[in-house]
Formats: sequence, C-alpha cells, structure tokens
Amino acid sequence: MVDRNPWLNFLSHAVLLLGVAIVAFPLYLALVASTHTAQAIVQSPMPLLPGAHLWENYQAALFGSGKLGSNTNVVHMMWVSFVVAMVITVGKIAISLLSAFAIVYFRFPFKMLCFWAIFVTLMLPVEVRILPTYKVVADLGLLNSYAGLTLPLIASATATFLFRQFFLTVPDELVEAARMDGAGPMRFFIDVLVPLSRTSIAALFVIQFIYGWNQYLWPLLMTTSEDMYPVVIGIKRMLAGGEAAVDWNIVMATAIIAMLPPTAVVILMQKWFVKGLVDTEK
Amino acid sequence: MASLTLSNVVKHYGSGKQIVPVIHGVNADIQDGEFIVIVGPSGCGKSTLLRMVAGLEEITGGTIAIGERVVNNLEPAKRDIAMVFQNYALYPHMSVFDNMAYGLKIAKAPKDEIKTRVDKAAKILELGHLLERKPRELSGGQRQRVAMGRAIVRQPQVFLFDEPLSNLDAKLRAQTRIEIQKLHRELGITSLFVTHDQVEAMTLAQRMIVMNAGVMEQFGTPEEVYHTPASIFVASFIGSPPMNLLRHAPNSKPGTILGIRPEHLDITATGWEVRVDTVELLGAERLVYATMGDDTLIVRIEEGSASPKVGETIHITPRENRLHWFHAETGKRL
Repeated sequence: MVDRNPWLNFLSHAVLLLGVAIVAFPLYLALVASTHTAQAIVQSPMPLLPGAHLWENYQAALFGSGKLGSNTNVVHMMWVSFVVAMVITVGKIAISLLSAFAIVYFRFPFKMLCFWAIFVTLMLPVEVRILPTYKVVADLGLLNSYAGLTLPLIASATATFLFRQFFLTVPDELVEAARMDGAGPMRFFIDVLVPLSRTSIAALFVIQFIYGWNQYLWPLLMTTSEDMYPVVIGIKRMLAGGEAAVDWNIVMATAIIAMLPPTAVVILMQKWFVKGLVDTEK
Repeated sequence: MASLTLSNVVKHYGSGKQIVPVIHGVNADIQDGEFIVIVGPSGCGKSTLLRMVAGLEEITGGTIAIGERVVNNLEPAKRDIAMVFQNYALYPHMSVFDNMAYGLKIAKAPKDEIKTRVDKAAKILELGHLLERKPRELSGGQRQRVAMGRAIVRQPQVFLFDEPLSNLDAKLRAQTRIEIQKLHRELGITSLFVTHDQVEAMTLAQRMIVMNAGVMEQFGTPEEVYHTPASIFVASFIGSPPMNLLRHAPNSKPGTILGIRPEHLDITATGWEVRVDTVELLGAERLVYATMGDDTLIVRIEEGSASPKVGETIHITPRENRLHWFHAETGKRL
C-alpha cells in the first residue's frame, strides 16, 4: 500500500481510473450507440453522449423488425444461449464434483490411468478436437439440438482438478467422523463435501457460465437452423449486410442485451464468493 | 454399556514380502463400565489399537468383541460405539445442534427423539446456549465438549477417545480431564482413552494398558503400574521424575537391574556413596542428581531438608520394601 504521500495517492488513483476508463470505454460507446439512430452513428465523429432513441432501439432489437439480416427475435436467441450456458455449467460442476470425489476418496483398478487421461484432456480444447467431435455428433443425429450443443463441452479437467485440490484439504478425521455416524460415501458427499465446496462451486459457476455463454465456434459449426442460434451468433449475423446498410444501433443494443445475463451471474455469485471466503472454517 | 474383549489382536501393514508388524498380540478383558487408558510413547501402536476397535483399521489377526458380539467385520457405525477425535472433527458448516444430531439423522430417528437426546447431552456438557453456533465460533474447549456431546448422543456401548486433550492448553486440559471424569461417573459407559501423557493416564484410568512398540507391557490399575511395574519400560515411563535404574547397585546379582524411585531414597549418614552433580529446586521439593560409579541417579528430598552441595559426596539408603528387580536382558520384573 502506498504510504501517506498525497501525491502518490493521487497518482495511483489516477492510474487505476485510467485503466478502468480504457476497459470501460468500448462498453460505454456501445451503450451510447444503442441510443441513437443508425444515421447518427455513421456520421463522423461518432456521438459520445447518449441519444434519445433508447426504447425504440431496444424494442426493435428484442422483438425483431424485418429489415435486419437475421429474422429471429433476440429473445429466443437469448433463451437458447441461456439454456446452453446453464446446462454446460451445471453439468460441468456435477460431473467434476463426482470425478474429483472418486479420484480422492476411492481406490479402484486403473485409477492412475484415469487420472492421467483426465489430465491429458487439458491439452484438447474445443478447437483441437472439433472435427472428430462434429463427426460423432452428426452420426448420433444430434446436430441442431440442445444435446449436441452442450454434451461435447460438458466435461472439464480444470474443474475436476480444482475440486480435487480442495478435497485434499478436507481433513481425514472428518471422513472418519462421518463413517462413525453411519454416513455412507454418497451421504458424506452430499451432506459434508458439497456444502464445504460452496466457494469453489460459486467460482466455477461464474467461469463456466461465461464460457458457455460465449461459445461461438462450436454452435456455428453444428447448428444450421436459425432457431438454434445462440445470441453471439445472432449478433454476428446481423452484420451480414453486404450492400444493405448495417443497423449499428440495433446491433449495439443487441450486444448490450446479450451482456446482461453474464453480468447478472457475476454480481449474484460475487455475494456467495465473498461470503464463502469470509466464512472459512478452521 | 458392554464389556470389551481384545483377544490376541494383531496388526500388520503391507503384504507379501513387505509385512510390517505393528501390533503383536494384545489381550485385554475390559469390564462393563470401566475407564481404560491406553498409554505409551509416540509410535507404540496405541492409536492403531483404538482405531481397530473403532473399525477404522482392519484387524489382521485375533478378535475384538463388544459385549457378546465379535465386531471384526462390522462397519464402525454398526458397532454401537462413538469416538472423540484429537482434532474434534466437527462438521464446519453445521451448527452445534446439527453436528450432534447428524448420526441420529442418518439413522432416521424421529425429530422429537433427536431433540430430546441432543438437549440432554447439551445439558450435561453445559452447551445449551451454544446450540445454534457454528464450530468456528467456539473456543477449543467448547469444540471438544461438542465432540463429546456428539458421542454421548449416540448412547453407545463403548466410548473411544483418541488423545482428545492434546490440542488444549495446560489449564484447559486439567479442566476437561475433570469433566471427562465427571461424565464417566454420571454415564458409566465403558471407555477406552488413548494418550501419551502419563499424568492423564494416572489420573483418569481405573486400569491402564501400557504399550511399547506394539506390545502390551502391563495392564493394571494405576497403583499396580506405579508400585509394581512389570518391566523396565513401564518403570521408567510412569512416574516423574523417572525411576532410577541401576546396573551396578551394591549387593545386586549380575544380570539384574535394580529399580528405586527418587522419592524412596533417603540421605543418611551411611549407605551408598554417591557424588552430587546438580541440585534442582522445584519449589516443594529438591531433585539431587548424583553419580554412583557407572550409574546416575536422582534423589528427591523435601525442600525443608538440608540441601547437599554440588561436588559433595553423600550417602543414601533405599527403603527396603521399595526395591524393584528387573532382568537385565529381557527387562522383565523378577
């Protein structure tokens, strides 16, 4: 921390404010752009203060108006994005909790092999495995479906390792006390381990939700019908234009709308986070 | 409440060529309602023995019976026992009430029965005002009481204590020791208490098992263990300052070791000739460290008596009926 030198204090605040300004400026521009008409934006210099068309722009964005490159209304695409993100998040957390539980608390044949296999998948992000995954999903007839959008993305080595590291810090005596109380492995898992992992779960929820919400490449590849497009693809398609002028104000409005759910998730989970950190037990 | 019988209990770790024997055949018949302390230095196998009774370690050989039932192959929860751990092992995210009720909840006991039992245990241990708190909001002594409450609620046949006082400071240790004694008087449940502290053993035990390197050296009351130790190990482990063990005492047969406690040696005009090395004043008493030939010994004298000077040669006489003879090779009492 800076000691009591008012000049240094001022300097550090100035640097931080500058950083915030740089990061937030594009967002501010998008917000401003979404409140003007399309013509107003295209003029140079672009207006820096909000305009008067906020409500009509957002209405047009949400409910669709025939002039755009894409006809689907944004509300439906938001729903698709939301379902995909939630399924991926909840699925990843559930699967990782269970696999970390198995790795830490059980002995079984080929345990080390499984452990290293999971580890190796860290080197296989979506982009690397996309062609074989596409083939498998297509062969299973899961193109253009929620299952196809979510299942290939639902296993997570990072989450498994995170939970594994956490489970290793749970004292053995707790397990033994639960055994003495008559709790079998699953009861111990549900009654003791999962509640203790609340902070990790909240952290992972945020990360995986944003990951799922921002999925672009995979949905782009495997959805062909417009009613299965997540909202990030919808935004891109609005720019399809060609000779037609792009309605930048609607595009910006859609982008702002698309940012709201992840922001809400971060804000909500932050409360849990902090509570979990403050509540650390001995 | 039930008796506890250990028959030739043996424990090995590892298998095939790398068997490490840890416990070499312990036999003990513990009566219903007795408070038994297992005492010994670190690594002697006392916790392992306790954990075998608890069902947390497998029994390699021999049998353990609670009451009439042999429990070798029973899960801990089915043995009708309860355990208090050294580090309390309380569920951190549950309130004190829920911690104590957890075992009953799993056994699907009705809600009002759970409440009655928990309230009763809380009353005995004076935890009534703490029932809604979480473990992190309690002091060490309170946490240990909650751990004991959790054990009491189960109304088991045997209580197991795994060095429960080791994490407490000295004053709290003394207080909790008295509470454990009180509890045993009130509830009368057969108890097995493991500790490395011989003071805890002497004060709490009705009988004690003294263990050394996986072998039960003696099983007797505190008086028996103190006044008639069965081996050199027991003689030197129990009692502070430890018993003097002399290889070259005057008039001793070759191949024997003479044991005499510091408080049973008197400074006299004639007798064994020893040279004083150090004198320590402990307040109520003085310890005189002296050398006699190849042996060193400690003499305890009251603080009022005249203190010998360092370097002085004095004479000491042992009290006749307080001599202990041990075989030099086996260490066993003769």
